[in-house]
Amino acid sequence: MEIFGIPHQAFLGQLMLGLVNGAFYAMLSLGLAVIFGLLDIVNFAHGALYMVGAFAAWIMLDKWGVGYWWALLLAPLLVGAFGVVIERLLLKRLYGLDPLYGLLLTFGLALILEGAFRKEYGVSGQSYSVPEALAGATNLGFMILPNYRAWVVVASVAVCLATWFIIERTRLGAYLRAGTENAKLVQAFGVNVPLMVSLTYGAGAALAGLAGVLAAPVIQVTPLMGSNLIIVVFAVVVIGGMGSILGSVITGLGLGIVEGFTRVFYPEASNIVVFVIMAIVLMLRPAGLFGKEA
Amino acid sequence: MKFKTLVAAMALGLGSLAATAQNNGPVRIGFITDMSSLYADIDGPAGAEMIKWAVQDFGGKVLNRPIEVLTADHQNKADVAASKAREWIDSQNLALLIGGTSSGTNLAMAGIAKEKKRPFISIGAGSARLTNEDCTPYTIHYAYDTVALAKVGGNALVKGGAKKWYFLTADYAFGHSLEADATTVVKANGGTVVGSVKHPLNASDFSSFLLQAQGSKADILAMANAGGDTINAMKAAKEFGITKSMKVAGLLVFINDVHSIGVANAEGLQVADSWYWNQDDDSRKFAKRFFDKYKRMPSSLQAADYSATTNYLKAVQAAGTTDTDKVMSTLRGMKFNDFYHKNGTIRADGRMLHDMYLFQVKSAKESNTPWDYYKLVAKVPGEQAFTTPAESKCSLLKK
Repeated sequence: MEIFGIPHQAFLGQLMLGLVNGAFYAMLSLGLAVIFGLLDIVNFAHGALYMVGAFAAWIMLDKWGVGYWWALLLAPLLVGAFGVVIERLLLKRLYGLDPLYGLLLTFGLALILEGAFRKEYGVSGQSYSVPEALAGATNLGFMILPNYRAWVVVASVAVCLATWFIIERTRLGAYLRAGTENAKLVQAFGVNVPLMVSLTYGAGAALAGLAGVLAAPVIQVTPLMGSNLIIVVFAVVVIGGMGSILGSVITGLGLGIVEGFTRVFYPEASNIVVFVIMAIVLMLRPAGLFGKEA
Repeated sequence: MKFKTLVAAMALGLGSLAATAQNNGPVRIGFITDMSSLYADIDGPAGAEMIKWAVQDFGGKVLNRPIEVLTADHQNKADVAASKAREWIDSQNLALLIGGTSSGTNLAMAGIAKEKKRPFISIGAGSARLTNEDCTPYTIHYAYDTVALAKVGGNALVKGGAKKWYFLTADYAFGHSLEADATTVVKANGGTVVGSVKHPLNASDFSSFLLQAQGSKADILAMANAGGDTINAMKAAKEFGITKSMKVAGLLVFINDVHSIGVANAEGLQVADSWYWNQDDDSRKFAKRFFDKYKRMPSSLQAADYSATTNYLKAVQAAGTTDTDKVMSTLRGMKFNDFYHKNGTIRADGRMLHDMYLFQVKSAKESNTPWDYYKLVAKVPGEQAFTTPAESKCSLLKK
């Protein structure tokens, strides 16, 4: 049996791989969408925070023998705390100014972080092994799927759902949305809005860190891993509609799959297919697929 | 009238003053390489430091003129490399241009060097085009090339039983050269190429490509890529169980890559290279000095950076001038003997001929000291390893 001229086994295999990559895109763009949607910050440091998350996991294991499962909890907390510090020390001063300042600040931060890690660890990359419980692979009939990659899909879908639920369906989420719409009014009700903003940025950073830990066993942990990914992730957010959480998750998964198939049919284009789609989407729907027209 | 003469005299005086300044000014060596991206560890800032060490060890001066080293990051972009080279030659009166990693950038720099008539030594670029169809009288290709990798590494693989090949190729000048050169070797030895896939440079995810390779039923998955791409692809190959059904081999693997992959994962891998730090006493001495500073061992490129600079300075000394044609002809008449290579010579097409080696990665048990990764399998003389005059498309070799 063939689908689009390729054997159905290979087709299903590529679909699966696209889903795995899409899960990464979804999780990273989710953090970006949360930060942009609620705080209006174009967070160019997101890729660097993702890289820091992966390095944190690697350093924990290498220096202190702290394993994968603890790293999964600790590294995002660490990156999240770092995010709070960034917000308190730097970003806070830029609210009310043109968002361009925030973009430049976070971009500069990303360069500094990347440069510092490059100086210390070089670019070749550190290897981080798949945790024992998830080692091995399962034969799905149409392909051999490493257990770890299946776990990545499950974990990231769970995180995406949880984030969406907290922001759209809980009281905390309601405060958050209200606080970013009209800070003064919400503050009058006794809610500490600046703290909430800091924690939101921290949570976005923690999501990037978590994605970093999940990625560490799959790719080499290198200072460049964030900058390699960040542009694609931004494209995902733009296609999904800036700030739309559901949009970024669905677009992330979808683009992972599209990219996977491009690798089969015309591998040379796999690095740019996302941008071609972005151009087409923006022509037809300037606010993105799930964005609200301003 | 008098005034005009005065002006003319002054202009003449200034002109000759400027001319003397040029001849007594510093001898500038410019080095352009990947300082920050995926090839920065195998060459990069440490490679630049090796050129400075070579200058220091030479005494910092040649022909009583101080030596200056300029460095720049080409970011793997040919246009960046070309415009930097042009700028240095035009405004800094550059005496020698050295090219680091990446074939595209080096081909561009060779073009500039030819146009401006300056010596250009390409160290880390793989593409054999530099001394083949794109050869120039001013290019010297120093360390290795894709033909040598294919002949030394590819040959060993086909003879080791890998008859059906599938290529995973980096989609730029170097990858294309390496795939083409390896294909020639495979076919000459009775093997076949059943397919290939081209991936973008610096690809983060290789799983899709590997799944296609797995469907090809080839014996060997040959990676015509380098650095971070090779490492990520090898890692994914292991994860997806590809290593069980086919042999995975890197056609260009540096010692830094083996270190990153881990000796346990790289065990048995065959590697073609021009130099290894643990091959003799001179090499170990150089390596120790490098290790003391960088806490890692030098790659063959970093050793070649040092060697090339030293030998260029020797040639300048012998020629008594930095004049391009005189230095080039002196270099072509020299025999090169140092810790990097023995009895090396430069052929008319610019190819530096020296021994190439086939190494095998030791097992974790055999690897006694840190970075002790290779054992020697074969030593291939330069005349056999590189393009032969009969195969060459370079007009400079045709009499």
